[in-house]
Amino acid sequence: MRSDRSQSAPLGLKIAAACGLLFLHLPILLIFVYAFTTEEKSFVWPPPALTTQWFAVTWNRPDVWQALSLSVRVAAISTAIALVLGTLCSAAVSRTQFFGRETISLLVILPIALPGIITGIALRSAFALADIPFSFWTIVLGHATFCVVVVYNNAVARFRRTSGSMIEASMDLGADGFQTFRHVVLPNIATALLAGGMLAFALSFDEVIVTTFTAGQQQTLPIWMLEELIRPRQRPVTNVVAMVVVLVTLLPILLAYYLTRDGDQIAGSSK
Amino acid sequence: MTSAVSFARVSRHFGSVRAVDAVDLDIVPGEFFAMLGPSGSGKTTCLRLIAGFEQPTAGSIAIFGERAEGVPPYRRNVNTVFQDYALFPHLNVLDNVAYGLMVKGVGKPERQKAAEEALSLVRLPGYGARRPGQLSGGQRQRVALARALVNQPKVLLLDEPLGALDLKLRENMQEELKSLQKALGITFVFVTHDQGEALSMADRVAVFNDGKIMQIGTPEDIYQRPKTRFVADFVGSSNVLPPDFVQRYSGQHRWGSLRPESIRVGSAASGDGVAARLVSTNYLGATTRLALDAGGLRLHAIVPAGTALPEQGEAVVLTFNREHLHLMDEPA
Repeated sequence: MRSDRSQSAPLGLKIAAACGLLFLHLPILLIFVYAFTTEEKSFVWPPPALTTQWFAVTWNRPDVWQALSLSVRVAAISTAIALVLGTLCSAAVSRTQFFGRETISLLVILPIALPGIITGIALRSAFALADIPFSFWTIVLGHATFCVVVVYNNAVARFRRTSGSMIEASMDLGADGFQTFRHVVLPNIATALLAGGMLAFALSFDEVIVTTFTAGQQQTLPIWMLEELIRPRQRPVTNVVAMVVVLVTLLPILLAYYLTRDGDQIAGSSK
Repeated sequence: MTSAVSFARVSRHFGSVRAVDAVDLDIVPGEFFAMLGPSGSGKTTCLRLIAGFEQPTAGSIAIFGERAEGVPPYRRNVNTVFQDYALFPHLNVLDNVAYGLMVKGVGKPERQKAAEEALSLVRLPGYGARRPGQLSGGQRQRVALARALVNQPKVLLLDEPLGALDLKLRENMQEELKSLQKALGITFVFVTHDQGEALSMADRVAVFNDGKIMQIGTPEDIYQRPKTRFVADFVGSSNVLPPDFVQRYSGQHRWGSLRPESIRVGSAASGDGVAARLVSTNYLGATTRLALDAGGLRLHAIVPAGTALPEQGEAVVLTFNREHLHLMDEPA
């Protein structure tokens, strides 16, 4: 426990902390402000006047909806694939000893360490070589490569902290493999999977580099935003979209944060 | 009568390691059976073979007359108390205890009632709502016991269940386990490396070494009449006497064993006996343990506290009753 709770931090430290926070969050606030500006061709400071018309404009633009729906679908499917593969992989690596285990562990983590551009080029050449046309599934495949890593890392850390004899205890008490998974394994890794899944979803949702190599003519939301920036008209539409995305994603992230925090406490005090 | 557990030439090899090597074993229904041995002697692997976590490489296992090879752990009427208890951290104590009944599809009120009863049996009534993380080591141990017993197993396996407890708690649990076993009449199979624990609790003890059973018998058999040098040495540190020495006293050229408390230590002037020198003394409270050197043969004697002790390095004469000298089966 902190003993000097009553003492407040020195003034210099407070100012430094405030500057740090401003540096992190001021650009995001700027994006919010520009969503209400009346100037549509360029971003001028200060905004000449404020308006809410861009919300209506955004609502009526079909390309926004298309990009948003594509991004959500890609992120959802990639996360689902990552949850299954990442969990299976982490279970195999943490439950058993076998030849080449460390190598496999490294190979699973490697895609997130590789620059996205390498993954992108590699996938593009592979698709070209195998004569696979760009589609929804080529984007999903590209995103799954790094989503698996995130889920794997979360799950493997949790598996490492759970007692291995728990699974044997469950079998001993009469539960078959499926019942053991449902009643013992899943509850113990659920919060880790939720956190990993959230992060995977977020990573996929704003991915640009790999996507440019695997999407062809399709536009995910981040790619749509990039294209939109070069267009001279209706610029604040991008800001409106950005603002809504920030607000909508903030809630699940806060939720995941609280859930995993509780999970850590339970897992930590149990053994 | 069919055996509770029967091993016929059972082996379990891990690569070139013979963890269990051609073991024959018959455990009588309702007995408290201890498997005693140093770590790596194969006793825990034997337990896991009974539980079904391991399959034998060779030989056959029967549990109450039914062949057990290939039967998964969840279809055996056998339950285990694990060394680390392996309680489920996400469930409260009551749900932990009721787990076995829950997966078998017993209704909620019924299984909770049974779990409450099992908790009373291990003297933890009213602890159902707590989490395993809120319990002490001794309490977790009792929960693990209740969780196994609620399934009314035919055989209860205990893997070093008292290993993590402190001395006082361990002594209490020993008595409690013993009386619980008598009251329930369930066959208990108990793995331990502590010979005192095995001797005080078990009806019969199997002494393991290098994947083989060295000797099976009552605690008295094992303690008074060890068959091999290993058993004599491991169970209560008996003096192992070489064949030449034994021949002088018994006329037979065989390995012998002599319990340290059977040796009397007298002054050098007191007459006939084995001439020796006192090397060191070790005060143990109620007794004192003497290390002696009898012409190159290292012997130990235990004398009651308060006995007048010779000086260190002093010459002494050792005497013992001939009938206390036990001849072992092991060939010379």
